[in-house]
Amino acid sequence: MKTKTPSKLEKIIRAGHLAVTSECGPPRGSDAEAITKKAEMIKDHVDAINVTDNQTSMTRLSSLASCIHLKLMGLEPTLQMVTRDRNRIALQSDILGAASFDIYNILCLSGDHQQFGDSPTGQNVFDLDSMQLVQTVKLMRDEGKFLGGDEIKRPPKMFIGAAANPFADPFEIRVPRLAKKVAAGAEFIQTQCIYNLEKFELWMKLVRDRGLHEKVAILAGVTPFKTAGMAKYMKNRVPGMDVPDEVVKRMADVPKEKQADEGINICVETIQRLKECEGVRGFHVMAIEWEEKVPEIVERSGLYPRPVLKTDN
Amino acid sequence: MIVAKQKPVEEIIEEAKEYDKILLAGCNECVTVCEAGGKKEVAVLASALRMYFMNQGKDLKIDEVTLERQCDHEYLEEIRNTIDQYDAVISLACGVGVQFMAEKYMQMPILPGVDTCFMGVTEERGVWTERCQGCGQCVLAKTGGICPVSRCAKRLFNGPCGGSTKGCCEINKDLLCGWQLIVDRLTELGRLEDYEKLAPIKDWSTERAGGPRKVIREDVRL
Repeated sequence: MKTKTPSKLEKIIRAGHLAVTSECGPPRGSDAEAITKKAEMIKDHVDAINVTDNQTSMTRLSSLASCIHLKLMGLEPTLQMVTRDRNRIALQSDILGAASFDIYNILCLSGDHQQFGDSPTGQNVFDLDSMQLVQTVKLMRDEGKFLGGDEIKRPPKMFIGAAANPFADPFEIRVPRLAKKVAAGAEFIQTQCIYNLEKFELWMKLVRDRGLHEKVAILAGVTPFKTAGMAKYMKNRVPGMDVPDEVVKRMADVPKEKQADEGINICVETIQRLKECEGVRGFHVMAIEWEEKVPEIVERSGLYPRPVLKTDN
Repeated sequence: MIVAKQKPVEEIIEEAKEYDKILLAGCNECVTVCEAGGKKEVAVLASALRMYFMNQGKDLKIDEVTLERQCDHEYLEEIRNTIDQYDAVISLACGVGVQFMAEKYMQMPILPGVDTCFMGVTEERGVWTERCQGCGQCVLAKTGGICPVSRCAKRLFNGPCGGSTKGCCEINKDLLCGWQLIVDRLTELGRLEDYEKLAPIKDWSTERAGGPRKVIREDVRL
């Protein structure tokens, strides 16, 4: 199938393989090794590596600079970009900056509210929302134009992604919201971490009922729990997260020293079950500050070795 | 209305302590309705200041006045003949009134007695909530009459974001999710399909971003 960009992730998806992506959170300092070391741990087991953009509104080394470090290692980064911190000038400028390093994937997000981070007294921007950022990247790529209408010399070539949270409220709007993102130009979707499989499968059914699974590649998001405490925290404290009681109980019922293993088991079982879910085109493994476990999760889920592309353009 | 809240009295004392003769000026409009700067609040603040400075052994003269409005020339003119008796005015009007008075009486220190908060409603007695941020280009026709600019913490035009939980915003469980309200209204109106229309990128030049704003009506100018 014809691809629109040189993105390896796009090629793997369009070739019909289940894609695997993961992510690295940049450090709260300027040591690039913090990101390159994480990337080294996972690079052979994933097709592309997301770099988060000041996630949870904590100030960190920039996503763009981190992506450049990955690119210089010969890896395939996915630039996460939130609209919280930059207006349309800065967003477009950073997109061009990423394109100048041939970064081929972008994930367009609105971003957590700044209240959650280290600068709750700061301004937020939200000049655009995530869907409008998707539209912006598409305009820049497909029409070679800035939002202001002027022509871009050497437009960006980016495979355009967005996020979806099947578990947030109101549920009835969650599939229409995906439809909007697809209409805006999203080509791949990375979902919120999935623990409530029944609800996710219901969402996927509604997605299929509208044929959206054929228009956008949905990568199911998974995050292994390290401890029962983490499961409880995510259930109770993280907005938009749906962790069923039985999952928390399963973690709590094993002895402390075995909880990490149980967390990996749950994660692998989730992937194995969702491999059978029609419309799921891959997995986004978010092992938060636990990147060393990504290879094991990918291998045990039967997603290793990763496909090797014959041609490269 | 413009909703304001009273400044902490300590802050007012700190600003006022260098003056001997002060006029406390309330406003009969919005700040009266939101119980921050009307006649009643002027009287209460005046008593508090008198008591404080009396305990400090300071002879402070405080007079009280409440104008019909502080955002119109004609009412501000009512104090022209008396204002020179004072060293300073503490205005309990919103920031608009404080500034308009300051523009008019160039040599008089005008101190704010309230913190101006937002344009909003009296949801119940003692509770005022925001409804409008004056973006200069109303989109309410498209959003079921609920404003995504003022009611969504991220001002999303195609929301709700992934943090909407049980009708509440991710930043505060006591804050309703604006997009939940929009979806509920669109559902009631039988127009939920409107949600799927992509909202165009907003022109913010009519909002704060475009600099101080002005509305001119040539047909009503004198």
